Amino acid sequence: MVKIEFLGPIARASIDIEASSLKDVALYLQQDSELTIWLDKSAIAVNDIMVCDLNHTLKDGDKISLLPPVCGG
Amino acid sequence: MMVEIYDGPLDIKTIFANWLEDGMERNWGAFIPFIGIVREEDGIEALSFDIYQPILDSWFNDWQAKAKKRGAILKMAHSRGDVPVHTSSYMSAIFSPKRRVALELIDEFVEDFKANAPIWKYDIINGKRVYAEGRSTPMRGAGLLSKKD
Repeated sequence: MVKIEFLGPIARASIDIEASSLKDVALYLQQDSELTIWLDKSAIAVNDIMVCDLNHTLKDGDKISLLPPVCGG
Repeated sequence: MMVEIYDGPLDIKTIFANWLEDGMERNWGAFIPFIGIVREEDGIEALSFDIYQPILDSWFNDWQAKAKKRGAILKMAHSRGDVPVHTSSYMSAIFSPKRRVALELIDEFVEDFKANAPIWKYDIINGKRVYAEGRSTPMRGAGLLSKKD
């Protein structure tokens, strides 16, 4: 199982799913129509490291974070 | 050196004094602070912030390493939660032996902060917290999970 957490304004509880790569996570989350607008503009971190490769492999216990558009200051 | 996170508005005078004291002891030639103040506009009572600290810290540490290569160091403080108008939510500063490096770095650092620090801003209007989506910037690599293959 991997944990998916939704940061900032996405305001959703974390979920646990079975996934062996970020592609699996993408396919799972794309089924949720309410998430579509967030997937288009969110960056992704795995275990708090930013990741830009959909083929990134995942292992049991990994944490995937969705980071929507930011505005500090 | 970590980002200083405070609940509510920043105590500018205390933070500034601490940074200044630290810098004065280390023979820096230039100290350039930047202080962001919440403006009263569009009927907002306050801004409010969420922060994801693990990635904020690693983003800041990367910048600290870049600054170190140029002989400088960075300081940064940010608010979490509500920050009323006319108070401060953000401070950063560069210490450098020479002014030119400090002037360039404060510009680059603050711009990248706006685009890539994992901080989310909300307007507080009539007591409601509204995501400042129109003023927010997608981070590097955004949209990865919307791809089909």
